[in-house]
Amino acid sequence: MEIIQVVGLGIIATVLILIVKEQKPLFAFLLALATSLLIFLFLIGKIGNVISMLEDLAENSGVQIIYLKTVLKIIGIAYIAEMGAQIVRDAGQESIASKIELAGKVLILVLAVPIIGIIIETVLKLLPA
Amino acid sequence: MNIEVNAIFQIAGIGIIIAMIHTVLKQMGKEDMAHWVTLIGFVVVLFMVVRLLDDLLKEIKSIFLFQ
Repeated sequence: MEIIQVVGLGIIATVLILIVKEQKPLFAFLLALATSLLIFLFLIGKIGNVISMLEDLAENSGVQIIYLKTVLKIIGIAYIAEMGAQIVRDAGQESIASKIELAGKVLILVLAVPIIGIIIETVLKLLPA
Repeated sequence: MNIEVNAIFQIAGIGIIIAMIHTVLKQMGKEDMAHWVTLIGFVVVLFMVVRLLDDLLKEIKSIFLFQ
């Protein structure tokens, strides 16, 4: 029942943030950041198990490792960018948050370019000359 | 998870104590000292948070990015 731990941690952290926010908003922000990092850190181990299972599955079914690598990298970038954008948005900097999201999208697109190239090559091969 | 939760309480405690010291110093008329105390407390907490962030990013790198 780890979900109870996570929810309890979240509620306690929220109460503490409300207490500290009146005196020092800066510390409240750092507290929120630390809480979200802790919950993420707790989740990342679980995600790791799922990922390793996915790797085994891909290895057994003969999927080329480059595809799985790219997909995992994209997922990682999405997680990091989302977390960063939300934290910055919490601190009230909407414009920086949207720039972080934009950077995440662009970097994902860059990673996806080789796969898109392979798809186009495959389609061209299928077409009659 | 048990050890890490302490960090939350530590940060909140530092925040409350710093706020208290700030108020006391302000009452004593030492405005500039109060600001320095706030700044130092902030840096200490920032160190803790940055260490957490470092842990998290390392984990993400090792799981997702194969490095």
